[in-house]
Amino acid sequence: MSTRNLMENMTESSGWRDLSPAAQVFGEGNSVFFNTGDWRSETPAWKRDQCRQCLLCFPVCPDSSIPVQGGKRGDFDFGHCKGCGICAKACPFGAISMGAAVKGGDR
Amino acid sequence: MSKRDRLSGNEAVATAIRQIDPDVIAAFPITPSTEIPQYISSFKAEGLIGTEFVTVESEHSAMSACIGASAAGARAMTATSSAGMALMYELLYVAASDRLPIVMAAVNRALSGPININADHSDSMGARDSGWIQIYSENAQEAYDNMLMAHRIAEHPDVMLPVMICQDGFITSHAVENVVIEDDSFVKGFVGEYRPEKYLLNPDEPLGVGPYSVSIFYMEIKRQQFEAMSKARAVIAQVSADFTAQTGREYGMLEKYRMDGAELAILIMSSAAGTGKDAVDILRAKGVKAGLVKLRVFRPFPAEDVAEALGGLKALGIMDRSDGFSACGGPLGAEVRAALYGKADGIRTINYIYGLGGRDMRTEDFEHIFGELAAMRDGGEAPDCRYQGVRE
Repeated sequence: MSTRNLMENMTESSGWRDLSPAAQVFGEGNSVFFNTGDWRSETPAWKRDQCRQCLLCFPVCPDSSIPVQGGKRGDFDFGHCKGCGICAKACPFGAISMGAAVKGGDR
Repeated sequence: MSKRDRLSGNEAVATAIRQIDPDVIAAFPITPSTEIPQYISSFKAEGLIGTEFVTVESEHSAMSACIGASAAGARAMTATSSAGMALMYELLYVAASDRLPIVMAAVNRALSGPININADHSDSMGARDSGWIQIYSENAQEAYDNMLMAHRIAEHPDVMLPVMICQDGFITSHAVENVVIEDDSFVKGFVGEYRPEKYLLNPDEPLGVGPYSVSIFYMEIKRQQFEAMSKARAVIAQVSADFTAQTGREYGMLEKYRMDGAELAILIMSSAAGTGKDAVDILRAKGVKAGLVKLRVFRPFPAEDVAEALGGLKALGIMDRSDGFSACGGPLGAEVRAALYGKADGIRTINYIYGLGGRDMRTEDFEHIFGELAAMRDGGEAPDCRYQGVRE
C-alpha cells in the first residue's frame, strides 16, 4: 500500500481554485495522514511476551492502529487508535489488555 | 434523417434516453413520470439499449445509485416526480456538491397536500437551491430536445453539475403531440461519449469522492460550485446554439414572443406558455401591445437576459406555478423582480400564482391578466401578488 500524499499542496490556506474539485481526495492509503488518535475511550497495551504472533488482531482493527511488518505485528500506532477494544476481545492469548482513557489534548 | 412521430412527452423523453443509451439508469416509479422507466425497461428487454437498469426500492436509493454510478465514471440518469423528487432532496445536494453530471427527467407534479397527481412546479422549485441546473420544457418537442442537450451541458469540464429537464405532468407528459425525432446516429454524435477526467473505477488514479469537509475547507468547495453554475450560462448558450445550428430548432436562456413594441407582458415557464402565446395573439389582433417571455433556464438564473428581455415594458405579470408561501409571492416572482431591480426599473409587476395541482390555465385567464396589467399601466392600484383561477 502506497502512502503518497498527493494532497500535500492543498493546505488550510489554499484558495478555492487550488483545492481539488468537490474536495476529491487524490491517491490511495492516505487516511494514515489523518490523525484520529488524539483521544480514545480506553488504551490497549500489547504484552509482547504473551503474543504468539497469530495475527488475529490486526484484521479486526477498524483503523490502521496495529502495524504489521514481515508477518509480525508491532506495538500500537496510537496516532489512530480510538480504544474500541475489539483487538483485545479477538486475542486468544490475553496478550492485549485495556487501560485508562485518554482525553483530547492529553497525548 | 429526422422524422415526425406522434409521441407523448414521456415517450419523447424515453426515446431520447434510448438514443443516448446511458451506462446506468436507477429509477423508481411515480406518477406521472412512471412511463419513462417503463419504456426503458422495455428497451432493455428488447436489447435496444446496453444500459444497466437498477430497479431500486425508493427515490432516495435511485439518486444514491446514480451518485455511485456517476462517481464510478458512468453516465447515469433517472426520472421522477413530486414526492419522489422530495425523497431525493438530500441526495440532490450530494450529487451537485460532488460535481456529478447526472441527468434527470423531471415530470413536474404537485407536492402534497392535499395529495394530488397533477402538474405544478412545487417539486422542482423545492429543489431550486440544490445546485442542479434546471431547464423547463413547454411541450414534448422541447422535452426531447432539452434532453439531447442535457449531457453536453452537465459533462462540460467547466460545469460538471447535474441537470434536470422538466416538463409538466400530464399536460406535456401524457398528451400526444407531433414531435420531430432525430436520427439515432445524429443523437449519438451530438451527445458524444462521456470521458470523465477522474473517476473511481480508474485503477491508475486512486480517488476518494465526497469526503467530510471541515469548516476550513467547506466554503471554498461551495465557491467552486458557484463558479461552475456561473460558467454553466455560457455552456448552455453554446450547446443550445450548436443544437439550433444542427436542427434548426431555436433555443436560448429564454424565448421572447411578440415582445417587439410590447407594453404589457407575462413571464412564464413550461406548458402554460403555449396557452399564453395564443392569448397574446388574440390580444395583438385587438391592438393590445401584449407580449410573452418564456423562461427556459431557471438554474442558473439568467438575470441579465431577463432584464434585457423585459426592459421597456410598462407592466409585467410574473407567473408562478407554485407558491413559495413567503406570503409575498412565488419563487419566479422574487427572482424576476430581483433581476429587474437597478437594471430595468419602473416596470410595475404583479406576481400571479396559477395552475396549482393541475388547475387549467385558459386563454381567458391570460386575457383577464392582461386586462389587469393594462389597468395597472394606466395608474390603477394592484396587489403585489394574487392567485389566478381560484374561486372566491
